[in-house]
Amino acid sequence: MEHTNAIELVGITKAFGTKVVANKNVSMELRQGEILALLGENGSGKTTLMNMIAGIYTPDQGKIYVRGQEVTIKSPIDAYSYHIGMIHQHFKLVDLFTAADNIILGEHFHAEPSDGQNKGAAFFKRAGKRLAFGWLKHNRVKQLQTIVDQYGFNIDLSRKIYDMSVSEKQTVEIIKALYRGAEILILDEPTAVLTPQEIDKLFAVLRRMRQDGKSIIIITHKLNEVMAISDRVCVLRKGEHIATVETAATTEKELTDMMVGQKIDLAIERKEPVNPKPRLIIKDMTALNKEGRLALDHVSFEINGGEILGIAGISGNGQRELLEGIAGLQPLVEGEAIFNNPKENKPVTFFHKDLKQIKRMAEEGFFHYPDGTRVSLKGFKNKEIVKLVNDEKILFYEDEVIDLKQKTPREIQELGIKLSFVPEDRLSMGLVGNMSIVDNMMLRGYRKGRSIFLNRRRPKQLADTIIKDLEVVTPSDMTPVRRLSGGNVQKILVGREISSSPKVLMAAYPVRGLDINSSYTIYNLLNAQKEKNVAVIFVGEDLDVLLALCDRILVLCGGKVSGVVDARKVTKEEIGLLMTTVPEEVQVYRYEQEQDKEEVPHD
Amino acid sequence: MTKHVHEPLVHLSRRLNVSQKYAWAIRIGAFVLSMLACALITMIIAPEVGFGAFFTHLFEGTFGKPRLTWTLFRDVAILLLLALAVTPCFKMKYWNIGGEGQALMGCIGAALIVKTLSGTMPLIVVALIALVVAIGFGAVWAVVPALFKAKWNTNETLLTLMFNYIAGCIGAFLVKKLNPRTTGSMSFLKTLGDFGKIGDNQFALIIIIVAVITVLMAVYLKYSKHGYEIAVVGESPRTARYVGIHNKVVVIRTLVLCGVLCGIAGFLIVVLKDQSFKAESATDTTMGGLGFTAVLVSWLAHFNPWAMVLTSFLVVFITTGCAHVSSFGGLRSATYPSVMAGIFFFFIIATEFFINFKITFRKRGEIPREPDDLPPEPKTKVEAATAANANA
Repeated sequence: MEHTNAIELVGITKAFGTKVVANKNVSMELRQGEILALLGENGSGKTTLMNMIAGIYTPDQGKIYVRGQEVTIKSPIDAYSYHIGMIHQHFKLVDLFTAADNIILGEHFHAEPSDGQNKGAAFFKRAGKRLAFGWLKHNRVKQLQTIVDQYGFNIDLSRKIYDMSVSEKQTVEIIKALYRGAEILILDEPTAVLTPQEIDKLFAVLRRMRQDGKSIIIITHKLNEVMAISDRVCVLRKGEHIATVETAATTEKELTDMMVGQKIDLAIERKEPVNPKPRLIIKDMTALNKEGRLALDHVSFEINGGEILGIAGISGNGQRELLEGIAGLQPLVEGEAIFNNPKENKPVTFFHKDLKQIKRMAEEGFFHYPDGTRVSLKGFKNKEIVKLVNDEKILFYEDEVIDLKQKTPREIQELGIKLSFVPEDRLSMGLVGNMSIVDNMMLRGYRKGRSIFLNRRRPKQLADTIIKDLEVVTPSDMTPVRRLSGGNVQKILVGREISSSPKVLMAAYPVRGLDINSSYTIYNLLNAQKEKNVAVIFVGEDLDVLLALCDRILVLCGGKVSGVVDARKVTKEEIGLLMTTVPEEVQVYRYEQEQDKEEVPHD
Repeated sequence: MTKHVHEPLVHLSRRLNVSQKYAWAIRIGAFVLSMLACALITMIIAPEVGFGAFFTHLFEGTFGKPRLTWTLFRDVAILLLLALAVTPCFKMKYWNIGGEGQALMGCIGAALIVKTLSGTMPLIVVALIALVVAIGFGAVWAVVPALFKAKWNTNETLLTLMFNYIAGCIGAFLVKKLNPRTTGSMSFLKTLGDFGKIGDNQFALIIIIVAVITVLMAVYLKYSKHGYEIAVVGESPRTARYVGIHNKVVVIRTLVLCGVLCGIAGFLIVVLKDQSFKAESATDTTMGGLGFTAVLVSWLAHFNPWAMVLTSFLVVFITTGCAHVSSFGGLRSATYPSVMAGIFFFFIIATEFFINFKITFRKRGEIPREPDDLPPEPKTKVEAATAANANA
C-alpha cells in the first residue's frame, strides 16, 4: 500500500536575525498513522521546526505539504484548519475555567473548512450560532465525554484548571487539540513534566490515537522513551536534519552518535589543575522545582580549587536548582554544602568574624602568629585584639570549614561564592535593565562601607575596565543595560562576577548566544580564574566546549548525578549516553591523591 | 510564501532613544493645548466668560495679589510633600494609593494633641508632640498594609485604598467624640493663633520645610544605598534576591518613610495651613482628595522629585486659577476646577503616548517594504554602537 505522508517538509530554513540559524534546509516527512520521535540536543531547532508546522513561525525558505498538498500555514488557527494541533511545553489554559470550558473556548475553530460541500447550509448554521449569542450548552461536559472515553483519558472535565496537576492539564490540552479536529498532533517535550507512571499512561493514550489513524510527532530528549513509543526517529543537530531511521532498526548508541556528532577540536587552552584540593563539597543535595517535583535527587560531588568542573545535562535536569542551591537561593529538602574557605596562613579579618567569634576560635586553637606560635587571646584586652587583627598578625592554621546551610544568600556571596547565571531572558537575574552599566556594577559591592551614600567611583572604574577588556559595544558607561545587545549584556554580567575575586565561581550558560570571539574571551576569563586557584563550575550546552574547556565533567540526568568523568579522556558519545540514562553504578573520577597530603576533613 | 498582505494605514512603532528636547517640546505643547482646550470648553459652557476673560481670571486668581501667590505656593508645597511621600513606594513598584489616608491619620494625630493638650503646656511643646504623634500615626497607617504584603502577599492597592476610608471614618468619629456640637469640624484658630508665622508671613514655614524635604528626597533616591535598593527591588525583584537584598525589609522600611512624610504633611495641614480639622464622613475630610492628586503628580513627574515641583505647581495653578474663574466668571460651580484639572491631566498623560510611540502613515501607492533583518554594515565605531543598541 502506498504511504501518504501526513506532513512533508522540504528544504525548510528559518533564521532569527543574522546570527542564529535555527533550521537549515531541513526535509522530513510524517507518515499517516505513525508516531515519529524528533530527537536532538538543546538548541538543535526541534521546537522551531514544529512551530512552523503549527503556524507560529513561517519558514524563510522551503515548502510544507499537508497530505500531499502544498500549504502556507499563517497562524495556529490556520493550522487547525489543516487538522494540525500542537501541545506546547507551557500550557495555554484559563485557570479559572473548567476543563470543558477551556476545551470549547474559541469553538469557531471547529467550523468546517470553507471548501466543504454544504456551502448553503453553512450560512444558516452561522446565523443560528449568531442568534444563540454563543451561549454555552448545558450538556457540554457530556458531549466532550465521548472523546475522553474514546481514548481512555482519565479526567473529570467539570473540574477547574487550577485544581489540576500538570499531567491533567496536559491531558486537557490534548483533548482540546482532538476536539478541534486535529488529525496530526505535535507534542513538545510532553514527558518533561511527568512522573514515570504518568508517562506510561500518556504513551498508552498515544498508542490508542495511533490505532485511530492519527499521526503524531513527539519531541523528546530521552532515548528510552524514543525506543518505547516511536515508529521512526528523526534526528536534528544544530539546526540540520541528520537522519530519519526506523526505531526498530536502530540502537540507543547509534542515536546518541547522531545526536551529538563528531568531536570538534576547539583549541581552547587547558592547563593541568595545580594542587587541586576540595573547595566545595556537596552532599546529598535534594530539592524540588517550582512545580513541586523532585529536581535534585541526592546529588553529591566535590569541586576543587584550581579546576573547571563542567556540568553537562539536558536543560531542566537540575542544573539551575543545583547552582541556586549552592548559592542559598533554592530551599533544600535535604543535603548540605560544605565550603572550605582557603584561609591557610591568611590573616583573619573582621569582614566575616566578629570579636566574639575570633576569641572563641582562638580558644579552640584555630590561629597562629606569623612566627608560627599558637594564638591564645586569654587576658588580652579587646582593643589589643582589634589591633592584632587589623595588623594582620593573626593567621589561620588551615582552611576554614563553613557549612553553607546556615548562611543567607548574602553571606554566601560575601564568602566569595559567586553565581553568574545567564538565563534565557538575560535581564531577569543579576542585572537591572533600566539601570546604567555603572549602577549594575554596583549591585555586588554597594553595601561596603558604613556610609549611607553610594560610592559610584569604584563601580565606574570597574565598568570602564570591563567595557575595555571585554570589548563591550556601548555608547557610554551610563547607558542603561537594557539598550545593549544580548552579547554585551552577558559580558557585563559575567565580567562583574569574575571581577569580584571569587573563590568559587559558578558560571551557567555564560556563552549562550555569544559570537565566537566573545565566547573565547569568556573561556579565557574562566581559565584565568582557574589559574588563580578558583573553583570554577561551568554549566554549558555545547558538549564540544565542555570537553575542551573543563577538567572534569559532571553529568546530570533527571536530577541525579549519572557520572563524573575526566574531560581529557571521555568521548562525546559517552557523555551523550550519560545525559540520557543513569547507569546502575555511577563512576566518579577524582584526581589521584598525593600521598603526603591528607584530605581536608569536611565534617 | 509571498502572499499579499494589506499594510495598515496607520502604523505605530516604539521610539528608542527619545531625546529629552523632543520629549519636553511635546510636553510643553500639550500644556499649551490643554489650556486652550480649557478656555474653549469654558466658553462653551459659560459664554459670558469669554476666551480672554478666562485667562485674565486664571492669572488673577493665582498671581493677582501677593497673598494669592503665597497661598498658591503653600498649596504647591503641601501637594509636593504628599507626592514625595508616595514616590519611593512607586519606584519600588509598590502601588501605595493610601497617601490620602496616611496623611489624614497624621492630621488626626495632630488634631488630637492640639485639642487635648493645648493650654496645659507651651504651644511649641504641644506642636512638637503633635508632630511626633502625627508622624507615628502616619507611619502606622502606611506600614500595616506593607506588613500584610510581606506576610501574606496581600494586594497593596486594595488595602491602601480601603485604609483611606477607614482613616476617614476614624476622623469623623473623633470629631463627633471631641466636639459633639459641631458639624464635623474643629477649629484651632484661637488656640494656635499666630503659631508658625515667620514675621508676618504664615506661608513661608511650610514652603521652607517642603523645600528641604524635596532636596533630601532627591538625594535619598539618587545617591543613598537605600534609594538604590528601592530601585533594584522595583526594577527586578529577582535580581534583588539574587544579590542578597531582603525585599520585604526594603518594602517595610520604605513604607515607614512614606508614612513619616505623610504624617509631616498631616501635621502641616492641621497646625500651620488650616488651623482646623474637618472630617464629616469617610470621604469629606480636611485632605479633600489631595492624597490622590499627589499620586498623579508623582506619576506625571516620572518619580523625579525635581520634576514633581513643576507638576505639582501646574496642578495647583490650574485648580486654584479655575476656582477663581468659576467664582468671578459667574460659573459658581464647585466641580468646575476639577473638570479643568481633568482636561489638563488628559492632555499630559496623552503626551506619554506620543513620546513613546511614533505614528507613521502609509503613503498612497507606496509598495510595502519587505522586512529585512539585515541592517547595513556599520562603518564607524559609533555607528556600530548605535546599531547594537537598536538590536537590543
